[in-house]
Order: sequence, then structure tokens, then C-alpha cells
Amino acid sequence: MAGYILRRLLQAIPVLLGTTFLIYFMVFAMPGDPIVALFGDKTPPPQVIEALRERYNLDKPFIVQYLIFLGNIFTGDLGVSFSGQPVSEILMDTFPVTLRLAAMAVFFEMVAGISIGLVSGLRKGGIFDASSLVVSLILISLPIFVLAFVMQWFFGIYLGWFRTTVGPGAPTQDLILPAIVLATISFAQIVRLTRASVIDTDGQDFVRTAASKGLSRGRIVPVHILRNSLIPVVTYLAVDFGTLMVGATVTEGIFNVPGVGRTLYQAIIRGEGPTVVSFVTIMVLIYLVVNLLVDLLYAVLDPRIRYAK
Amino acid sequence: MPSNTRPDQQHYVAPLEETPLVAIDSVKAEGKPSNLWTDAWNDVRKRPMFWISSVLILLVVVVALFPGLFTQTPPNNDCLLANSNAGPTEGHPLGFTKQGCDIYSRIIHGTSTSLAVGLIVTFLVAVLGIIFGAFAGFYGGWLDSVLSRLGDIFFSIPYILAAVVIMSVLSAYRNVWVISLAIGLFAWPATARVLRAEILRVKNADFVMASTALGVSRFRILLRHVLPNSIAPVLVITTISLAGAIVAEATLSFLGVGLPTDIMSWGNDISQAQTSLRTAPQTLILPSIALSITVLSFIMLGEVVRDALDPKARAQR
Repeated sequence: MAGYILRRLLQAIPVLLGTTFLIYFMVFAMPGDPIVALFGDKTPPPQVIEALRERYNLDKPFIVQYLIFLGNIFTGDLGVSFSGQPVSEILMDTFPVTLRLAAMAVFFEMVAGISIGLVSGLRKGGIFDASSLVVSLILISLPIFVLAFVMQWFFGIYLGWFRTTVGPGAPTQDLILPAIVLATISFAQIVRLTRASVIDTDGQDFVRTAASKGLSRGRIVPVHILRNSLIPVVTYLAVDFGTLMVGATVTEGIFNVPGVGRTLYQAIIRGEGPTVVSFVTIMVLIYLVVNLLVDLLYAVLDPRIRYAK
Repeated sequence: MPSNTRPDQQHYVAPLEETPLVAIDSVKAEGKPSNLWTDAWNDVRKRPMFWISSVLILLVVVVALFPGLFTQTPPNNDCLLANSNAGPTEGHPLGFTKQGCDIYSRIIHGTSTSLAVGLIVTFLVAVLGIIFGAFAGFYGGWLDSVLSRLGDIFFSIPYILAAVVIMSVLSAYRNVWVISLAIGLFAWPATARVLRAEILRVKNADFVMASTALGVSRFRILLRHVLPNSIAPVLVITTISLAGAIVAEATLSFLGVGLPTDIMSWGNDISQAQTSLRTAPQTLILPSIALSITVLSFIMLGEVVRDALDPKARAQR
């Protein structure tokens, strides 16, 4: 187990270096003057260009620039937003809100997705299975911003059940609607994954053994089938985290949730290049860490991984 | 014990039709030869979902190629602010946008943008994915390590976020090609992984060994024998990635880092309609429906193809 964790941590290092390098490369080594590009259509005065060039160390060789950038990230210096506030400070304010929203979304999608997937898998080919397939295909096809607007319009404006945007301090009841929207993107995938996994597990020898030693279906389903079917679903959480972050950017922007996603959304809308880059870098780093944690969790859940060389 | 056991019999002897031998007996030597692709076609054509999605995709393609067949109203000119957010009138079946443009005409003319981005991204993803996946899987060793780690790096940046960065930097050069490149550049590792796994499975098959024994070169074996036998999962993931690319373009345009507003795109129209959600929800919902139906038809096709080509998915149906 310790060897596995160590190996997995060592493997994460090149990926971590590679991703930060790639983002840096994308921003500062592309054709065209990056400083001018950051201003969009406007032409900045030469003094501003000069000052920015110095601030971003663009007068130094490329590899030195990258190392400075990397050093800054790991010492917690994430740059300053256009409004002059340190990015790390913004992150402190906004991250807890996003975390709450994401936790609610994961809770909704897991509870709904796993239970519907389980029922579909156990009654494969039935009417429930068929209708859950149709519904999940439709949900997969709906882009997140379309879904967000439709939900906002239907529940917020037409029915008037929820506030259309989140109030100050992001109270939990205001977060329910955005969390449901966020949950819907991955809900369909979880249903299908659980269904496939349940069908697979239901045909395994150990399930037949359990049945033949006289266990009731009420015990076989939760203990033998469900538990063993959840392993791929847990792994999916890691992949899902990327979707959640992109989803949160759009959802928080539309519902005005004061989280990391909205900050990125507004930076994109306003064309604040450097802020966008620092937030994307942070999101990618968080994504890498979550993936690492899920991989380790996976090893805890599945002994076959733990004991493999 | 069934009744066909005689009292003196020690073991149950299965009748011939219950043994695996019956499968060998039942193969018709003179029948039409069947392979993965003919089996898949026979499976696919029986499913209504295949025909529904094919007809929808055909419709989308025809609309994208010949928008003039469906509407005579120009999408950009003839916009009257007096018509802002107005309901349907004679000759304008879906009403008007905030700028007073004909919604129906804009949806029709926006089709080609979505389809073009979808096709270019898919092409890019397939080419990059096949090159990386094939070389990594087939040659193995250090090449596999290098290519796979490289794929891991691209894979660990969610591709829409990467595209947001690229498009923010390249704000001066926004067009269909650049946005497709921005999406495709980070979307290929999934395809490469699928192909690599499949090639690892195929490359030890007997026919590969036979070719090696005959002295066929390694590259030729990869191209003529291994690749054709491991391409099926790539086809599935490609169909689904086409839908993903269309969504990605719309999302980027919606965020304001996609296509410039003078290029007609559903994402742009949805983005511009968001301020009228309260007063004129139809200006937002109508282009969203067009977008969702297009995406749905590609996803349904991908589903059907997956079911037909993947024996495991077929068994679970």
C-alpha cells in the first residue's frame, strides 16, 4: 500500500510540471505579443507595455520565466487581479462557497444517479430501464448553460419556487437550484455507469453463491451487488471533477453564486487574461490533487489494485 | 436430478443439443461470411434509434450545406429594432431576437458553424488520437512511456478550460479554425487511451505473429493488420466527441471567448438572449432547442454504434 502511494505520488510530479508548463507555454509563447493580446481590441500606451513586460518577466529567457512562475505558484503568490486584489485572497473568499455548491451537487447526483442506476440495472430491459435511458440521453445532450437558463426560467421565474440568483452570503436554500443544475450534467453518466456495473456484478459467481447459500435478495442487493458495483462509480468522481469545475464556471456565472467559478466567469467576460490564467492554473492543480486522492481511495476500495505490483 | 438419468448411471450425460458441440455443428459453411462490421450493421439497422438519429443528422447536414432551401430571410440584414423580441408574424415563424433579427433564419444559418466546428475538431482528435495511441500501444517501451505521459498532461487539463485560455490569448484571431484547434488540442488523449488499450489487446493475436513470421515489416503490420482490427472503439468515441465539440463551441461562444458575434452561431445567439430571459424566454430557448437536438442526434448515433460494436454493451441491453 505504501509503495503504491509513493509510486502514484512520484508519477504525479511530471504531470504537475507538464501541465503548468503547458499553460505557461500557451499563454506566453504563442504567436503575437501576449501583452498586446491581453488588451483585446485596445492599444495600450508603450509605458504600460513596458511595465507589464517587466512585471511578467518577459525580458528574461523563456525557461527562467517559467521557473519564476512555478516558484510563485508553490509559494502561494498567485498574482494580482485587475482590481488589485491578490488572487490568493480572492480564492480564500470564494473557494468555500464553491466547495459547498460542489458538495451539494455531488450529493444530489450520487443519491439520484446510483439509486436510479441500481433499479435500471436490476430490471434490465424493463419500462423503468427504457425510460431512464431516454431521460439520461436527453440530459447528456443539454449543454449546461441551456439547462441552467431553462431551470432558472422555469423554477425561478415561471413557478417562482426559488430565487433566480443567489443572495449575499450564499445561503444554502439559494444554492439548491444551481446545485441541481450542476448535478444534472453528471447524473446521467452516473446512472449509466451504475447500471452497467450492476448488470456486470449481478452475473458474477459470488452473487450466485450468495443466492445459493440462501441469502435473501434484500441482503444480496445492497451487500454483494451494490458495494461491488460502486468501484467504477467512485473512479468516475475523479473524471467528474473536471466536468464540475467547467460546470461551476457557467452555473455560478448564471446564478451569480459568489464562488471561484463566477470569478473566473467574470474574468473571462471582462477579458482579464492574467486572472483567467491564474484561476485556470489553480483549477488544474486542484483537479490533479483530487485525481490523486481518488486514485488512492480506489486502492483502499479495491484490494486487487492494492496488492498488484 | 432430471428424469433422463438411468438408475445405474453414475454421471449425467448431456444430450448433444446441450453441449458446446452444437455450436460447431450449427455453423453454416456455405452461409455469408460475417465479421464485426456486418454483424454491427445487422444489429444497428433493426434499432429505431439509429434511423431517428440518422434522419436528424442528415437534416442537419442538408440545412448546413443549403440554408437557402429553408429560409429566404437574410439572417443579419433586415433587422429592425422595432421588432425587438417580437412574437411570430407572417413569414417569420419563430419571431425576432432582441436586435430584431429573424430567429428562424438565424437558427438555420447558424447550423453550418456548429457542424463545421464539430467536424474539424473530430478530425483533429481522431488524427492526433490515432497517431499517439497507435504508436504508444504498438511499439511500447520508452516510446509508450513518453507518449502516454504526454497524453496524461493534456488529459489533466479539462479541455474547455484549456480552450478558454487559448481563446483568451488568441482574442485577435477568433474564427472557426482557431476555435476548433483550441478544443481539439486538448480533447485527443481520451481517443489515444482507448486506441492504445485496444492495440495492446490485439497486438499479440495469432495473425500478427503470422505476419511477423512471414517477414512483414513492423510498420506495415501496424497499418494493415493491427489498426483495422482495433479501430472500432475509436469510431464510437469519435461520434460522441463530435457532440462534445459542438457543445464546447457553444459554451465558449456563450462565455464570450468563442466566435466573434458577426459569425452566426447558436452559442452566440443564446449568449445574447440571456439578458431577455425574463421578458422573452423564447429568444433563448429556440436556439437552445436547435443546439440540443443536434447534439442529441449525434449522441444517439454514438450510443447505437457503441451497442453494435461492443459485445459487452450488447449483452447488457
